[in-house]
Amino acid sequence: MGFFEGLLFLIVTVLKVLLIIVPLLLTVAYLTYAERKVIGAIQVRKGPNRVGFAGLLQPIADVLKLLTKEVLVPTNSHRFLFLIAPILSLAPAFAAWAVIPFSDTAVLADVNAGLLYVLALTSLGVYGVIVAGWASNSKYAFLGAMRSAAQIVAYEIAMGFALVGVLMVSGSLNLGDIVRAQEGSIFHWFWLPLFPLFIVYFISGVAETNRAPFDVAEGESEIVAGFHVDYSGMAFALFFLAEYANMIMIAALAVIMFLGGWLSPVPFLPDGMFWFFAKTAFMLFFFLWFRATFPRYRYDQIMRLGWKVFIPITIVWLSVEAVAILLDIGPWFDIRKT
Amino acid sequence: MDLKLLVFWVFSLVLIGAAVGVITTRNPVQAALFLVLAFFNSAIIWMLMEAEFLAITLVLVYVGAVMVLFLFVVMMLDINLLPMREGYSKHLPWGAAIVVAVVVQIVLLMRVKWAGSGIEQPAPKPADYSNTEELGLAIYTDYLFQFEVAAVILLVAIIAAIALTMRRRPDTKYQRPHEQVKVQKADRLRVVSMNSEDNQDLTGKVAKAPAADAAAGNSGVSNQGAKS
Repeated sequence: MGFFEGLLFLIVTVLKVLLIIVPLLLTVAYLTYAERKVIGAIQVRKGPNRVGFAGLLQPIADVLKLLTKEVLVPTNSHRFLFLIAPILSLAPAFAAWAVIPFSDTAVLADVNAGLLYVLALTSLGVYGVIVAGWASNSKYAFLGAMRSAAQIVAYEIAMGFALVGVLMVSGSLNLGDIVRAQEGSIFHWFWLPLFPLFIVYFISGVAETNRAPFDVAEGESEIVAGFHVDYSGMAFALFFLAEYANMIMIAALAVIMFLGGWLSPVPFLPDGMFWFFAKTAFMLFFFLWFRATFPRYRYDQIMRLGWKVFIPITIVWLSVEAVAILLDIGPWFDIRKT
Repeated sequence: MDLKLLVFWVFSLVLIGAAVGVITTRNPVQAALFLVLAFFNSAIIWMLMEAEFLAITLVLVYVGAVMVLFLFVVMMLDINLLPMREGYSKHLPWGAAIVVAVVVQIVLLMRVKWAGSGIEQPAPKPADYSNTEELGLAIYTDYLFQFEVAAVILLVAIIAAIALTMRRRPDTKYQRPHEQVKVQKADRLRVVSMNSEDNQDLTGKVAKAPAADAAAGNSGVSNQGAKS
């Protein structure tokens, strides 16, 4: 590859990255709007309705407000780590999108070990939280960071086991191949044969992103705002962005692994990117619904749910799956014939 | 310069810098974060060697789980700065001897021939080559016995760690969620029937009190009602 070809390749790749990142940022902005509208509707309020038509410009106003605010660095904090922590939490949240297949052909990096890559990157997000909590040099932030670390480590195991179940039936670590293994109709998608794993995966995903009802890392009533209590302005906005990008990520992964990605639910409609986005929006709605419905878990109950309920469920279901694959039970488990 | 070589040099220099940082920094949390950086850079070097499964697993297991627990413990410790170079000269000969031994072993193991001759570069694998599959096949067919032995040793270590640290004290209170969810209304709530005459008497007086008093708030109203 010559120098100019290399340069061209670089420019094209950067453009592709922007093609993913910019819509993702817009989605994050309007996810906050959707969240406030949905929760408003659930609580019989109107939600934001002042800025622009029906409040549609509210996210823009919020972004402008955060941009113009001062970024304060506490005197006794570890300055370098304090400033790098938001980046540590945002970078993995964005980088994981590189391997997400939006349709049969639209994928930035068609990596063989795509699922492992996503798992590795989502597990890195915890560093932003831990480093922020420690660098702030505040007890509240530190408690939030500790809670978050323990919670993420606990739920990552359940999540990983749930994904092992997907690997067993799809026989591939490539996210595109996982979707292709679900071809057929809505009943061929993995949510049906792997229903317990689907539930475990999604609830673990909610816990991993520190969303309600698992948001003890923020826990306003106990530790003010948790790990980001000392952050203001854009530094805070980056944590916020990372949280929402991770939410969309978890929803998208659930769609790819259990709901057939870009595949259409019925044979007579064409497959396409539209289905992927529609299903992701559907899964995202659950995040908002959970937040409006459930009270926050007590911390020891979160730990109990992760270690004593979810992990045993996944292990039991993996054994069931192994037996089903051994007995070639169709249409999901007869993968050995290929 | 070849791009791959450039990437290799950049990341190996950062790796060495991070490794030096681990042992020279005085702040334990910084040291742990330097170790994270070192793991990450070595993962990228493995990736350059087309060992993507091992590289990602290194990040997933060591960076994503082990180091998080490490940081967890280190942050809890109330040591902000370690004393600098304590016993440095005392341990230097031993340390140097170990380093020399390790280097000699690595050189012998890799059969490095000096002046760059010897090992030829393996041909790059095709894009659809999956070393995850190759590793799986090797572990679960040829080396199944060794793999299972390793697994059993790890299991023994887990059980030993739990057995060593778990201490049941008689005065510790435990929650039993399976009993908690079975609780009935009758177990917690006792309905007592009381004579309600006093209450009626009080409300009767409150109703007769002037409107200005009633506006002064509930507690004030009932106090005044009782006095009058």
